[in-house]
Amino acid sequence: MKVVVDMNKCQDHGQCVFAAPDVFSLDDAGHLAYVSDPDDALRDEVEEAADVCPLQAIRIED
Amino acid sequence: MNGRIVVAGASMGGLRAAEQLRAAGWTGAITVVGDEPHMPYNRPPLSKDVLAGKAPFESLAFTPKASTADVEWRLGAKIVAARLAERTVELDDGSALSYDGLVVATGMRPRRLRCPGPLAGRHTVRTLADAQGLRDELTRPGTRVVVVGAGFIGCEVAATAVGLGVREVTVVDPLPLPMVGPLGELPARALLKRHEERGVRFALGTGVAGFEGDDRVTGVVLADGSVLPADVVVESVGSVANTEWLQGNGLDLSDGVLTDEHLRAGGHPEAVAVGDVARFPNARYDGVPRRVEHWSIPTDTAKHAARTLAAHLAGGAVELAPFAPLPTFWSDQHDFRLQSFGAPGLGLEDVRVLDGEPEGDVLVGYHVGGRLVGVVALGGHAAALGAAKYRAHLLKQPALTA
Ligand SMILES: Cc1cc2nc3c(=O)[nH]c(=O)nc-3n(C[C@H](O)[C@H](O)[C@H](O)COP(=O)(O)OP(=O)(O)OC[C@H]3O[C@@H](n4cnc5c(N)ncnc54)[C@H](O)[C@@H]3O)c2cc1C
Ligand code: SF4
Repeated sequence: MKVVVDMNKCQDHGQCVFAAPDVFSLDDAGHLAYVSDPDDALRDEVEEAADVCPLQAIRIED
Repeated sequence: MNGRIVVAGASMGGLRAAEQLRAAGWTGAITVVGDEPHMPYNRPPLSKDVLAGKAPFESLAFTPKASTADVEWRLGAKIVAARLAERTVELDDGSALSYDGLVVATGMRPRRLRCPGPLAGRHTVRTLADAQGLRDELTRPGTRVVVVGAGFIGCEVAATAVGLGVREVTVVDPLPLPMVGPLGELPARALLKRHEERGVRFALGTGVAGFEGDDRVTGVVLADGSVLPADVVVESVGSVANTEWLQGNGLDLSDGVLTDEHLRAGGHPEAVAVGDVARFPNARYDGVPRRVEHWSIPTDTAKHAARTLAAHLAGGAVELAPFAPLPTFWSDQHDFRLQSFGAPGLGLEDVRVLDGEPEGDVLVGYHVGGRLVGVVALGGHAAALGAAKYRAHLLKQPALTA
C-alpha cells in the first residue's frame, strides 16, 4: 500500500496519528512524519486516518 | 444482498454512510439523494482558507472510496416527503423511491434573523455558493462587515475578514463573551482578548433589532437603538435541522431526529440517522440525547449506523456496544487554533486551567464530580498538541451515569 500526504494541505492536526499511530507520527517540532509504504495489514487503520484528516490531505494509492 | 438503501443528503454524512455500508458488507443498491448540485465537499474551509482565498473551491471535494463506485448519486434533487410505513420517499420532481433501508443525513441549515429590513447584503455560511457569494463581497475595497452571532462560525468569519483586510469588522451578540455557551467564561474571555488584539470589534450583550437600508442593507440596528454601519452582514446565529420532509411519521423531530443508542429513528430498525441531524444518546456520558455539530460526528455516526442497518437488513441481530464517540472539535481563527476533545459543555460548572495561562497558550479542563469530561486548548500548535495528550485519558474514563 502506498500512502501520500499532500503537505501543502496538511496543517498538522495530528488526527491521523490517533487513527494509525504505526504509520503517522508528529516529530518533536509537531510536524507530520509518515511511512509511505506501510504493510497492507494496516489498511483499515490508514483508511480511518484518511477519513479523519480535517484537511483531507491523505491519499491511499494501492 | 438485494434491495436498496436510500441515503437522504449528499454531504459528508451521506458519503460516509455509503462508504461504511459497503464496509459493513451491504452489496445491494445505494442511492444518495442530495439537493445541492455538487458531490460531497468539506465544509470547514468555507469559513477559513477558502473564504480567505488561500485554497481554491475545487480543493474541497471529498474523494469517495473505490467501494462506492456503483453508488447512484441523484444530485440537485430534494426529498420532500417520506412515508416510513411504506418505506418510500418522494422527490421534488414528483417521483418516488422505495427502499429497504433509509439513512437520514440531511444536516442543518443556518437559522435566519426575522427582524425587519432588506435581505440583500445579508449572508450565511453553510454551502459553497454561500462562501463564494460572501467572498465576492468581502474582497470589495473599503467593506464594513457586521457579524451577527459570536459562535464558532461567526468568530472564524470575523477572523478571516480581518485577514482579508476589510475596513472594519464588528461582531454582535446578546451574550457577554464570544463562544461562552460551549466554552465557559475563562476561555471565552481569552478568546475575546485575542480577537480584539487582532482588530475585531465587538458589540456584546446586545441583540439586533433590525436592518437599515432600502434595497440593500446599509446598517445594523442594535437593541438600544444605535446603528452599526454595514456593507455586508453575516448571520451566524445557529442552525435548524432539515427534517421537514420526515414530518407525519410519528418521529420526534423537536431538534433533529431523535435516535436510540444505535442511531435508529423512532423504533424503525430500517431507518438510521447520521451527522449533524442525529440527536443521539452518547453512552460515554449521561445518556441524554444531543445533536453534535462537529466534523468528527458524520464519520463516527456513519460507521455505527451502517453496521446497525446492514446487520438488520441481513436478518441478523445488532451486536454492537451502544454508540459512544469521543467528540472532537477544532476551530481556526486568526493565527491560533481552538482544539477540543470530549464534552466540555457538560463540565462548565468546574473549569480549571490545566496548563499555561489565559494570556498565552492555555489548556483548560472541564469536570463533572471532580472527573475530567473535556479539554479545550487555545493557542498555537503546541497548545493543540497539549490537548491531544489528554485524549487517551478521556477515552479511558468510565462512563458518566445520569
Ligand atoms: C462554515 C462551516 C465551518 C465549519 N467548521 C468546522 C470546524 O472547524 N470544525 C468542526 O469540527 N466542524 C466544523 N463544521 C461542522 C461540520 O462541517 C458539520 O458538522 C458537517 O458538515 C456535518 O455534515 P452532515 O453531512 O451531517 O450535514 P450537512 O453537511 O449539513 O449535509 C446535509 C446535506 O443534505 C442536504 N439536504 C438537506 N435537506 C435535504 C432534502 N430534503 N433532500 C435532499 N438533500 C437535502 C443539504 O443540502 C446538505 O448537502 C463547520 C460547518 C460549517 C458550515
Ligand atoms: S490529520 Fe491531516 S492535517 Fe492532520 S497531521 Fe494528519 S495529514 Fe496532516
